[in-house]
Amino acid sequence: MTDTVTVEVRRYRPEQEAEPTWQSYQVPYRREWMVLDALNYIKDQVDGTLSFRWSCRMGVCGSCGMMVNGTPALTCATYLETLLPGPVRVEPLRGFPVIRDLVGDLTDFLGKLRRVSPWLVRETERPPAEGEYLQTPEQLAEYKRYSMCINCLLCYAACPIYELEPEFLGPAVIALAQRYNLDSRDEGREARMDELSQHDGIWACTFVGECSTVCPKDVDPAGAIQRYKLDAAVSWVAGLVLPRSGK
Amino acid sequence: MTRRRSQEPGLWLLFSAGGTLGAVFLPALVVLLWVAPALGWMAPPSPERLAAVAGGIPGRLFLSALIPLALYHWAHRFRYTLYDGLQLYHLNQLIAVLTYGVATVLSVGAGILVWR
Amino acid sequence: MNPAYRRYHPKWHRAGMPIFWWLRSLPYARFIARELTSMLVAYAAVLLLVQVRALDAGPESYARFTAWLGSTPVVVWHLAVLAGLLFHTLTWLHLAPRAMVVRLGGRRVPDAMVLLGQYAAWAGASALVAWVLLA
Repeated sequence: MTDTVTVEVRRYRPEQEAEPTWQSYQVPYRREWMVLDALNYIKDQVDGTLSFRWSCRMGVCGSCGMMVNGTPALTCATYLETLLPGPVRVEPLRGFPVIRDLVGDLTDFLGKLRRVSPWLVRETERPPAEGEYLQTPEQLAEYKRYSMCINCLLCYAACPIYELEPEFLGPAVIALAQRYNLDSRDEGREARMDELSQHDGIWACTFVGECSTVCPKDVDPAGAIQRYKLDAAVSWVAGLVLPRSGK
Repeated sequence: MTRRRSQEPGLWLLFSAGGTLGAVFLPALVVLLWVAPALGWMAPPSPERLAAVAGGIPGRLFLSALIPLALYHWAHRFRYTLYDGLQLYHLNQLIAVLTYGVATVLSVGAGILVWR
Repeated sequence: MNPAYRRYHPKWHRAGMPIFWWLRSLPYARFIARELTSMLVAYAAVLLLVQVRALDAGPESYARFTAWLGSTPVVVWHLAVLAGLLFHTLTWLHLAPRAMVVRLGGRRVPDAMVLLGQYAAWAGASALVAWVLLA
């Protein structure tokens, strides 16, 4: 029976060191513990200087994404048991600048998300007196999968293209754009395509597919991107045949 | 602020078409033309038959579609593989010219040869 | 203390990407292998062209081509080409359902059925090739 597990954490304290270093901790092993519990044990009992993000501890907020043994994972959803005998290596999410220890800067993602207008875009707003926009279950099923995204950014850590080409919009942004494109209440498809059908939009993607593999919510961003490529290609052909001004 | 959309979709369509035609037709062609006869599993199709197939209008149309599309499939995919796999971003223009250029030259050659 | 440290403007760490990033994990290596099969697609297309040219150029030229086809290193190479092309075909057909949503009669066709359709298309195309070349 294991009593303890070794947890190796990638530390980075800019006031102390110029480069990140590894620090090893012995954490008691409990069968029901997640990696997040181990990190919290370290912070509470062993080394209060360890910095990391977490919130809901149940896999819905998307805060606790980190590299666990080289794979992007939600630390609140990864059992220590699956990582025995250890050591468990925890690093900050790949692809993002590291501010401190396990905390990355996610501003790039937030800026890109805004560029694709992740809200319902309407040409004309219906006045509230006319009632709600009705939607059938089939219409909901069109986009529901892409609405499950919790912005945990594991897909960005898994995507080699995002690391190689930092201007790439990235899987979650495109999946979220699709969530609105496919929503029957939305009328912003054309406007979003201006942002998306660019090299730093969907065309940098080469369908590696790792984003969908690591997604904890089964959003399938890779599928969203490939579907959108077909959409954009059809639009492009239509644009050749019936030229629209300015496009 | 609207940006002019990329012209990439055209290249992607060529890549997709080439990949699909290549995926469904090439394995059978390789087995029946180059592997099975060479291994002695079957008699090779006679030159007369092949000439008749390749010389007929359906055969010429098929080859005119398959060969250029397969080449453009390679050009597009190889370009991205070099771009991302070896991080040759600074050579992007050169790689694009070389890959699509080679594909175009060979496609033109194919067109001439097939329709002679 | 890090002598380069500036208070209130700490330096964020940006990790670089190694040249051989695709050797970092099996999925990445598989991805690059998959992409490189495109070279075999081009090779097969060019060889088809060469074969057509050999046919055109007359019986001696075609006999030389056939002899080359039958030589051992070429046979071994072509077995490798076949393996690579099968890898291309299988990965391509399996990824295709992710790229399209097929609807029949207003209802969405499940992915497994789309995949079956892909395999059917492959079988059909192969049967057509066999019939044209052998019948």
